[in-house]
Amino acid sequence: MLGYLIRRVVYAAFAVWAVSIISFFIINLPPGDYVTSYIAQLAIQGNIIGAEEAESLREYYGLDQPIYVQYLKWMNQIRQGNLGFSFEFGLPVNDVIGERLILTMILAAATIVFIWIVAIPIGILSAVRQYSIWDHTFTFFGFVGLAVPDFMLALVMMYFSFVLFDFSVGGLFSPEYVSASWSLGRGIDLAQHMIIPIIILGTAGTASLIRITRANLLDELRKPYVATARAKGLSEWRLILKYPVRMALNPAISLTAYILPFLVSGSIVVSVVLGLPTVGPILLKALVAQDMFLAGGIILLIGWMTVVGTFLSDLLLVWADPRVKFEGR
Amino acid sequence: MQTPESESVVTEQDTVTEPLLSVQDLQTYFFTDEGTVKAVDGASFDVYAGQTLGIVGESGCGKSITAKSILQIIDRPGRIIGGQVKFSPDGAAVQNLLELEPNGPEIRSIRGGEISMIFQEPMTSFSPIHTFGNQIIEAIRLHSSLDKIEAHELAVDWMRRVGIPTPETRMSEYAYQFSGGQRQRAMIAMALCTEPRVLIADEPTTALDVTTQAQILDLLQTLQKQNDMAIVFITHDLGVIAEVADIVAVMYLGKVVEIGPVESIFSSPKHPYSKALLSSMPTIDAAHRERMPSITGAIPHPQNRPSGCAFHPRCPSYMSDICGLKEPELVSVGTDQQASCFLYGRD
Repeated sequence: MLGYLIRRVVYAAFAVWAVSIISFFIINLPPGDYVTSYIAQLAIQGNIIGAEEAESLREYYGLDQPIYVQYLKWMNQIRQGNLGFSFEFGLPVNDVIGERLILTMILAAATIVFIWIVAIPIGILSAVRQYSIWDHTFTFFGFVGLAVPDFMLALVMMYFSFVLFDFSVGGLFSPEYVSASWSLGRGIDLAQHMIIPIIILGTAGTASLIRITRANLLDELRKPYVATARAKGLSEWRLILKYPVRMALNPAISLTAYILPFLVSGSIVVSVVLGLPTVGPILLKALVAQDMFLAGGIILLIGWMTVVGTFLSDLLLVWADPRVKFEGR
Repeated sequence: MQTPESESVVTEQDTVTEPLLSVQDLQTYFFTDEGTVKAVDGASFDVYAGQTLGIVGESGCGKSITAKSILQIIDRPGRIIGGQVKFSPDGAAVQNLLELEPNGPEIRSIRGGEISMIFQEPMTSFSPIHTFGNQIIEAIRLHSSLDKIEAHELAVDWMRRVGIPTPETRMSEYAYQFSGGQRQRAMIAMALCTEPRVLIADEPTTALDVTTQAQILDLLQTLQKQNDMAIVFITHDLGVIAEVADIVAVMYLGKVVEIGPVESIFSSPKHPYSKALLSSMPTIDAAHRERMPSITGAIPHPQNRPSGCAFHPRCPSYMSDICGLKEPELVSVGTDQQASCFLYGRD
């Protein structure tokens, strides 16, 4: 068991390292660099920069060096906990991402909790009462939830919450708390502002988890061990919750690992629409401006979250399914 | 095999004692999109304390559905639409189990309590992610007021009684850590730890190798003697039936076509289907390279049940003036032996 854990940690570390290389080179793939896009930006404003000045800018940012040297320098900084310097913001990447990363993770975690709380009971009900009115209703809304783009859902919900409840959706804080330091009041304000983003971000995940739970549970309900439990005299709900639901949850646990990075990177459009101070809009901005250390830093963090999420879900699986730890030996 | 003397004792008991479990005209249909499948269509038999009733028939003849119908654990889209399952444990008032609410507390206290069931596939019949201890203790505590520690002790005791070595450590193991024979032993422990009056064994030895099979059959017979328990033993294996059964019911397409003492069925089967089934058994003294007799034709698709006697298209004694037109009833064809065939009366 301990050996399994150690091996997983080693794999995870290796995966994060691989992500750092791939993300760095992907960012360098588009032609040009930050200086190119900076010059283009200045040109729009009417300032023309000469080739010499461009070269000295490249030298200043270290962009004249070969890619592998840039990578090694970046890695060396990361080793010290510094993700590099953002050209676009003129600030260290850590400062740019800082609170946004915390807010992103709070939002992602809350969304996952929301997805689980909503999707699993509905999935169970849909499977146990297959083809009932409940099943058909939830199936219908599930497909709608999957099909509607979330930015559209965001716009619709913004409109209705403003018109019906006079509640302005946008950002994660009321104006008076935006730059305040953390306090109970700020936490409550955040929780209130998170409700609508959570619903919007969680809809697609909820819909797919309902489908997955339902399909898995339908398979499990036909297994002989369910008949055994029934023949023992267990009441129907007790046996369903103890046996087939436990089995049906395993794929749902694995799925959670994949939802986590999706919530960060996939929420860009929603974050822009709702004006959420998360890392999504910053990533978009960094990619457009070819702000390579900022973009690289964010992608590295997302990769890291994926690896950690997978690792956590593997641990959950070991806990949930005793066969895993023996097979993985 | 029983001697004729003990057989006559059994016959005497029949006239005196009431059957422990009496299934009468049971009908279980499956309502599918493609049509109605009459999985069990009028099965009747009695089960007595201390005796084993063997139900034998080809795959798909409704043996397992009959067993599950007794406890009302039919999966959708199956439904019991008629008949009676009368249960009278030790002289208590006769109760029709089919009148009980399908998942109500009365039937649940009988399930696993007074009537237990063991299944064909001991691997998949246990939860793969719960320990044996967990599952056996659960059965005990459902049907008794023992606390956790007492239930644990009883479970260990039963694991030992069914011949599982070092039961204390094995209580905390999972299904995949046991061999097939041990899993079936654990299944028997789980079924019998509540001391049921009736054990329904649905092909309990089919998935096991022959040596293990013999051990499991011995174990079941030993435990049956200790508790004077009735066993309903379902199998397609005539060899196993000859070894364990006192009474044999032969099923064909959801009906009991012949029922009688095991000796009578094996020595003088009356129904053409029973005859064909027995003659298709491989014998040790068959001539070299002799072709094994088999029943002509195939089992009809359950949705296209033949009219009249369901066996008539495959029957060597087919009589065109009646067999395809009328359904035969079970009639007496010998001592305690009944068969449903127009060869023995045309009423």
